[in-house]
Parts: sequence; structure tokens; C-alpha cells
Amino acid sequence: MFRNQYDSDVTVWSPQGRLHQVEYAMEAVKLGSATVGLKNKTHAVLIALKRAASELSAHQKKIIPIDTHIGVSIAGLTADARILSRYMKTECLNYKYSHDALLPVSRLIATLGNKMQVCTQRYDRRPYGVGLLVAGYDDQGPHIYQTCPSANFFDCKAMAIGARSQSARTYLEKHLDEFPNSETDELIKHGLRALRDTLPNEVELNTKNVSISLVGKGTLFSVFDEDTLARYLAMIEGEEKRSSQPESGGDAAPLQPPEEDSGPQDPQPATAMETE
Amino acid sequence: MSSIGTGYDLSASQFSPDGRVFQVEYAHKAVENSGTVIGLRGKDGVVFAVEKLVTSKLYEPGANKRVFNIDTHVGMAVSGLISDARQIVETARSEAANYRAQYGTNIPLKYLNDRVSMYMHAYTLYSAVRPFGCSVIMGSYEADGPVMYMIDPSGVSYGYYGCAIGKAKQAAKTEIEKLKLADLSCKELVKEAARIIYMVHDELKDKQFELELSWVGQLSEGRHERVPPTVFAEAEKAARAAMEDESDSDTDEM
Amino acid sequence: MACGTPHDMFSANPLWHNGPIPGGFYNFPGSKTAPLYSGAQRFHTPVTTGTSVLAIKCDGGVVIAADILGSYGSLARFRDLHRVHKINENTVLGVSGDYADFQHLQQIIEQKVISEQCLDDGFALKPRSLLCWLTRHLYYRRSRYDPLWTNFIVGGIQDGQPFLGTVDKLGTAYEDDHIATGYGAYIALPVMRDELAKAKQSGQPISKEDACKVLERCMTVLFFRDARSFPKYEMITLTEEGYEHHGTKTVKANWEIAHMVKGY
Repeated sequence: MFRNQYDSDVTVWSPQGRLHQVEYAMEAVKLGSATVGLKNKTHAVLIALKRAASELSAHQKKIIPIDTHIGVSIAGLTADARILSRYMKTECLNYKYSHDALLPVSRLIATLGNKMQVCTQRYDRRPYGVGLLVAGYDDQGPHIYQTCPSANFFDCKAMAIGARSQSARTYLEKHLDEFPNSETDELIKHGLRALRDTLPNEVELNTKNVSISLVGKGTLFSVFDEDTLARYLAMIEGEEKRSSQPESGGDAAPLQPPEEDSGPQDPQPATAMETE
Repeated sequence: MSSIGTGYDLSASQFSPDGRVFQVEYAHKAVENSGTVIGLRGKDGVVFAVEKLVTSKLYEPGANKRVFNIDTHVGMAVSGLISDARQIVETARSEAANYRAQYGTNIPLKYLNDRVSMYMHAYTLYSAVRPFGCSVIMGSYEADGPVMYMIDPSGVSYGYYGCAIGKAKQAAKTEIEKLKLADLSCKELVKEAARIIYMVHDELKDKQFELELSWVGQLSEGRHERVPPTVFAEAEKAARAAMEDESDSDTDEM
Repeated sequence: MACGTPHDMFSANPLWHNGPIPGGFYNFPGSKTAPLYSGAQRFHTPVTTGTSVLAIKCDGGVVIAADILGSYGSLARFRDLHRVHKINENTVLGVSGDYADFQHLQQIIEQKVISEQCLDDGFALKPRSLLCWLTRHLYYRRSRYDPLWTNFIVGGIQDGQPFLGTVDKLGTAYEDDHIATGYGAYIALPVMRDELAKAKQSGQPISKEDACKVLERCMTVLFFRDARSFPKYEMITLTEEGYEHHGTKTVKANWEIAHMVKGY
């Protein structure tokens, strides 16, 4: 069996100039359930699909508030996300303490990127196996940022990450021009529809497996309670679900982890290094 | 590269039997997969131009810039892994700040280049870290004229009149060599730089890209800044026109 | 064996090995904190000093003024010392107290501003943030018994509104619409308060021109009453229209009455 000898450490470049460990870490994001972020001119919305580990467990929280003006939605290793979000909370608090102001979103993301980069260059660390969608509001309006295990980050008009998120991205791209001028309610509906497109046929969105949060002008970051959630879910109820089509790209990670007994598999990174 | 895969290419702290450090060479490859960046040093300043490849239309325009301000008087354009590059930007900024704190003046680019290239070189010495996957070009306009340096992943640096890194560096270099750099002013260089970036851009492989232009020179009173919107629009327009002329002449020949 | 002296091989173990030391705190898992026998005395007297800074909010901005004297004790040592500085497009900073301490902070602030400009992200230091940062810094230093001997006034435009705040060398900070440091806090503040009360009665915010006149009067009074003052002073306004330096002004003093002052 062919074994890639350049993929065991983050400190090893492959002859093609790729970092396989970092690319594998990018795959971890696709194991997490999907989450969608989008914004209009005044508000930014995060919508996430929650999973329950078993019938007996509650659904895993997906949206983490950072400060009154920032929150994140996660896809990937939850424990890694907790470290990153604790760091982000601390940064926001420190800035508030020393400058009596809210930390601009772009600056928070830039420092986070530098923190994450260190883990991609040292033997004694591994990259953070989590992707974040960050929603924030500051003097320059609402923002949606995407961060990756590769320590890359992107300022987005709208974005979806996580399992089967390609379908959501397809939806977002199709309706991209409508977002800036839509009302906030309409924006949330768009987000829910995008998230719904990532679901397999037998699953439906409900108040247990969906999480919505909102931040914007005059709106502190908050995660909706179940009643509000139900109100928004009702808004898109009965709409025709887009016929599920085969996933494009290498984005079709199964909703559940692969069977234990499938044996070791050759690593097959789907993402090329994002040097572009 | 006959020794690839013989096991001597897995660590930055290891030589191959023929005396090469392969990990550093592989890091160069990461730069060569990235968008093209050029730096031109003319008679009254330095101009940077970047081909920033855009991989999704969900991204905001103007995000993830590849030209940075290091200090008021120093600019840096980067090619390769952007996350690695930001770390170098951070280091360069703190070196520049340090120098000012100690000596009370702007850091001369010669010294900044020394410090940054030593930093990058340190990452080629140990197995516990990997070399940076990016090359950087730094430019400044000092009392005795414009200066420009390029540092590659090995930590080696040289001063340049014109340089190119990234995907199409060969094609770009060929174009740069045609210019009489010592006679050209920043205003003229901006147009040339934009034209070269448009020319070397591979439309088949990479569909979308954003052009970035910045300068530091007499015009900007020694400050490094993005070129003003009007100058930018003019340069981009001229570059597009030049591209069309070229494709017209191609069809003529056919 | 005296407590606290190290025992050698000839002496018996102390009665209570690893026990508490008088004056020290005992932390349960065995680690001790030594009593604080050592200490350092810090010499702290301001050397080259500036006296009062005055500032007042006006319609759409702030006016700030300070004389240009650097005193060396009672000696009028430096006669062109700028104590009101522009930090960025929406912030000005006035300082009284030790000038070297100020220069130390000024250098840090300037680098902060440069670093921020380099980011080129459209955000700039706002006056309230600068005041907060200074407060944290000065309070930290005084808590280490090593204060910076400076009082600051920060003025500017915060999100479209005039802003005026001050912090002293102990880290005490507050915002107000008229502030004076140093001797001015006793001599000039009542004058400014009166004028603002008059403006308040008329229902109109005090205009920039009127605010300048108030400060001119205050600077004159201060020159007459404050032994560390100087007839030349700078005045700066920062309003929605932008930053304006009114040049170095001179107090119009009348010495004709000098011969009538007797009894010293």
C-alpha cells in the first residue's frame, strides 16, 4: 500500500510544496455539522445545525458568544473551538479593559489567525481542527468571517462550512445579490433555506437541531430561544425543499463518522493548500 | 531532484548526500503555487503589484490583501502561504517599532531586511520547525533614493531593481527585464506593473483575480501606501486595453 | 537557631521543618512565600515640569490651551515647550507635570498610532480609548509605587460628539465639559464654570470663538496668579471641521500698576 511519507508532521513540506497535516486538519472541519453565516447592511446572522451524540444526549452547542458584538459558530473539533473562543473572549475583554471600546472584528480575526498559524509550523503542536464562522458588528458594519485550520481567514459576504456545506454555498451564491438589501427576517429565512439544503432527505430542521444567532446595529449578539426559533422555522415551513442532488467536490463527508470496522484508510486530502 | 523520497528530504535540519536541504527547496514550491507578485524600483520610488487570486465569489472584494505596511515608510508584498506571511509581517513590524524605540528614527530598510531575513533563516535550521512557505519583497524610499529587497524561504535576501515571485515569475521577469527601470518614475511604473500582472495572469487555470497596487516614493512623500483610486483605475484600464491589443494582434497573425 | 537563617550539618533540623516563617504566608502544599524583608525606596520628584492645561467643550468640538514653559523647580528653564499635541485627526492630548515622563508616554502613544495606521483597516484611536489606555497605564505605575508624574487632558471627537476627559498621576480619571489641571484647577475652573453656566442659561452651547475667549481670559488670570506660568501659550481647537492650531499667543499684561504694589 502506498504510504505518503510527507504527511506525518506539520513541519514537513511535501515535494509539491504542500503541508499534508494542515490539509488533513482542514478535513476535520467537514466532519462537523454544517453552519451558515450571512449578512445584510445592518445585521449578521449565524445559523447552525446541531447534532446529538446519541438518542439520550442533548444536542451539542454550536454557537458561542464572544462579546456583546461578536459570536462564533463552529464546525469541527468542539474542544479546539473552546480553546479558540476562550482566546477570543480574552482578547475582547482585554481590549475593553485597556481601551474602553469594542475590539474591531477584523483585528480580532487577524490576531486569531496569527495564533493559529504558530500551530502549523511547529513539531510540538498540531493545527486547530476547527473552522469558525464569526459574526460581528463594529463601526464598519456587520461582518462574516470564516477561519480555517490552515490559519487562513476570509472576509465573506456569506459562507457555509461543515458537512455537506457545498449545497448551502451553492444556495448562497445563487442568492448573493439579494442579501444586502433584505430585511433581517428575510435574511434569516435565506440562511435557514441554505442550511436545509445540506440535510439528507430524511432529516428536517426543528427547534432541537437548529441554532440561530443575530448581531447588528442596535442588536447585541444573542442566540435565539426556542420560541423565536420556532417562529422562524415556521416561516420556511411548507416551502418546497430543493431536490437533493449528488454532492459536488470532495465535500460529502457523512453526517455520522465512518464505521469503526472499516479499517485504516489511506489519507486522501481533498483540499489543496490554499496558497492562492 | 534525484534524491527525492530517499529519506533525506524530511527535515529542515538534514542535508542530503549531495549537500542540499530539500525541505527548504520544497518550501520554495509553496511560493511557486501562489499568485504572482512583482516589485519595481524606479528612479523616484518603489512600486508593488500583486495578482491576488480569488477562489470564491462569496468572499468580500479587497479581503486578504497581500501588500502590507510595515512602518510608515516601508511596504511589503508577499507571495506564498498568506498565514505564514502574516507572521513575517508581524515580526517586521515589531522590528521596525523596536528600532524606532531605541534610535528615534525610521529603520533603514537595510537593517530591517537584515533582521527579517535572519528571522526567516532561523526557521531553516531546526527539525522542530518548518521553513516559511512564502517570499517577501520589501521596499522603501530613503534619503539617497529608493531601495528594495526580496527574501525567499531560505532566508537569503538580495537587493533588486526589479523582481518577481509566485506562479508566473519567469514570464514576469522577462517583461521586467525589458523595462528601463532606472529611468522610470513611479507614475509610469504603476502602469507597467499593472500591465505585467494582467499579462502573466493565466485565465484558464485561475479565473478570478484582484489587482493590488502600492507605492512608496517621492510622490507619496516617502510613505508607503496603496496607489490613489484614480491612479489605480487608470493603470488597470490601460492594462486591460494592452491585453485586448495583444489578443487582437494574435488573431491577426492567425 | 534563629528563624530564617539556613541551618548547616552541625545544627539540628529546625523544630518544624517546612513550617511557617514568621511574617510569611503558609500555602498548604508546602510552598512558602518569604516575608518581604527587602524593599526599595524610590526617589520621585518631578524635574522639568509644565504647569496647568485648560480645556473646554464647545459647540461641535473642544478647545485646549497650555503655556509653553518648562520649569526647573522655580527656574523658568525651557521657554518653548509644547504641551498640547495632536495625536490623530480626532484626538488631542495636553499634559502637565514631569515632561520626561510625558515624553516617555508620548513615544509609546506615537508608536501605537503608527502601528494602527499600518493596519490600514479604517479604525483610528478614539479619545475615550486613549484616556482609558492612559488611565490603565498610570494606575498600574502608581500601584507599583512608581508613578509617572503626569496629568493628562484628552480632548477630541468621539463618534461625532465632543469628548473631554482627564487622568492624573494616580490614575484618577473622569470626563467633564470643562477641565483644568495643576494650578488651573483652583484658579481657572471657577471662571470656566461661570461661563458655561451662562451659556447653559441661554440654552445655546458655547461657540468655538467664545470658548477660545474664555480660555484666553483664564490663561491671563493664571499668568497673574501662578508663579510657574508664562505669558506665551498655545491654543488648539478640534471640531467637526477639523484640527486648528491657533499659534502661540501672548497674554496682554499691564505693568503700569506695578509701582502701586507695595508691602513685600
